[in-house]
Amino acid sequence: MIPAPQIAAGAGAGGAAIEILKLSKWYGALQVLHDVDLVVDRGERLVICGPSGSGKSTLIRTVNALEGFQRGEIRVGGVKLTREPAVVEAVRRNVGMVFQQFNLFPHLTVLENCALSLRLVRGLSGPEARERSMHYLTKVRIPEQAGKYPAQLSGGQQQRVAIARAIAMQPEVMLFDEPTSALDPEMVKEVLDVMVGLAEDGMTMVVVTHEMGFARQVADRVIFMDAGRIVEQAPPEVFFTRPQSERTRAFLQQVLPH
Amino acid sequence: MHYHDNVDYPPLLSRPNVFFPLLAAVFAGLWWFNAGDSAIGRLVAGIIPEGASPATQTLATAVIVTAFLAFNIVVVMRLPLRQQVWLVWGELAVVILLFFYSFDLSFAFIQRKIGFLLTQGLVTTLYISAVSITIATILALMGAIAKLSSNGIAQGIAHFYTSLFRGLPLLMQIYMIYLGLPQLGYVVDAVPTGIAALSLCYGAYMTEIFRAGIESIPKGQWEAARALGLRPGAVMTRIILPQSMRVIIPPTGNQFISMLKDSSLVSVVGVWELMYLARTQGQTEFRHVEMMITASLIYWLMSIVLELIQKRIETHFNKAVTR
Repeated sequence: MIPAPQIAAGAGAGGAAIEILKLSKWYGALQVLHDVDLVVDRGERLVICGPSGSGKSTLIRTVNALEGFQRGEIRVGGVKLTREPAVVEAVRRNVGMVFQQFNLFPHLTVLENCALSLRLVRGLSGPEARERSMHYLTKVRIPEQAGKYPAQLSGGQQQRVAIARAIAMQPEVMLFDEPTSALDPEMVKEVLDVMVGLAEDGMTMVVVTHEMGFARQVADRVIFMDAGRIVEQAPPEVFFTRPQSERTRAFLQQVLPH
Repeated sequence: MHYHDNVDYPPLLSRPNVFFPLLAAVFAGLWWFNAGDSAIGRLVAGIIPEGASPATQTLATAVIVTAFLAFNIVVVMRLPLRQQVWLVWGELAVVILLFFYSFDLSFAFIQRKIGFLLTQGLVTTLYISAVSITIATILALMGAIAKLSSNGIAQGIAHFYTSLFRGLPLLMQIYMIYLGLPQLGYVVDAVPTGIAALSLCYGAYMTEIFRAGIESIPKGQWEAARALGLRPGAVMTRIILPQSMRVIIPPTGNQFISMLKDSSLVSVVGVWELMYLARTQGQTEFRHVEMMITASLIYWLMSIVLELIQKRIETHFNKAVTR
């Protein structure tokens, strides 16, 4: 059985997938997030950009508890994120993540990379897990590499496997932490194409990226962060043509082709 | 070199300014230590005329040995790399066996005793080592996980454990268990004493190896596994430990080989293992050297077997990386 992508379970197409309220985080004395408020609707495609050190990666990493926080509140699918094992496990089951450095498991084949968590977390049998993994490897257009080890693949292929591994868990939200930043230029497109396909299927996506073309094409909303604060948010057509803040304009001038 | 360069530097021994000084040094060494009067000299003595002065004999010995070495190097250098390695290994093995042979051993005595040495001594040594290795591995795994845990009690125990058992001589630990525990009312037999001491001591060393191996895995692997919803136990056993094996296996192989030989220390409490038998069997007929050499060769052969096993395991855990 190949399950259909899950969208908006229960709450209808409009409910919030992620709610972040007054979120603050410190590393020692250094405050890296300042009272961040952010609501991501189900089915929404959100792109977060900003200079390095602006807190954008830290922000999305708090959503699945890879980073802790000191003040504020996060709700994922209506569940308030605490440090309780049951809560964190439930949230992580519903939130997929793709990393800048792929983080595939080098000692497992491509297929095993996808199937392991299906068996251990979703409780699928071996054959079921392999079948579903193959389905998603086909979706990211890489089924022929299933028997290889990650080191035998190109960066673009590895990142597509990482995407397949995450979406095979059928999460309700996908987080992307600079998914193309570690790739050679010619491999960026194959990864972005997969992500566009995912967006077209209706997946809720939060993407930290510098790929402004992707933001224009896919995003419902673009957020600009600087120094731990959300400086500006707008639909892409507004964000790129009429940015309100001076800092956003300066940033866009740096990253957009002249 | 580990990663080959693409420059053909001339091999060290093919350079005259290395080759000839080396030969000169060997010659000088033989001359200096009066090689003519040694076992090598007696081997050579057959070729030179009888009644030659000691100086002539040493000179002849030095010349012949040096010439043979030079010829050997020239021949070996022409072979492919693998054959070079094996040939040199074999030559050195012959030299060491000749060294043993030069003791004028009684092979009849060895033949008479070797059966007992193997069936009693070797079996006991292997038994003690195998059980100790297993327990030490479990202790090391627990110690490493305790050291990396956020449990203060576990960390405290693990730190104290490695400090104490790495800090005391193994021999002392054996005595303490064998002679000390009876003070508390527990009389421990010799074999369990040996197993306990070896397990505790090697478990402490291996704790540090396992800890370093676990720490060598990058943070991203933990994060990816956690983000997928894996529980801590699964993260450790499915993701982290299998990868750290690549780092853990080579030094652990070292520990196993070392433990195999340190098991001979157990002979002090009268366990009838290889070392104990080698000592006692030789004593009765003043044939110490025979038994020592036989036991040495048995230890060496067992170590070689362990080396080969280690190599196979390394290859297994490297397969994902070597393509």
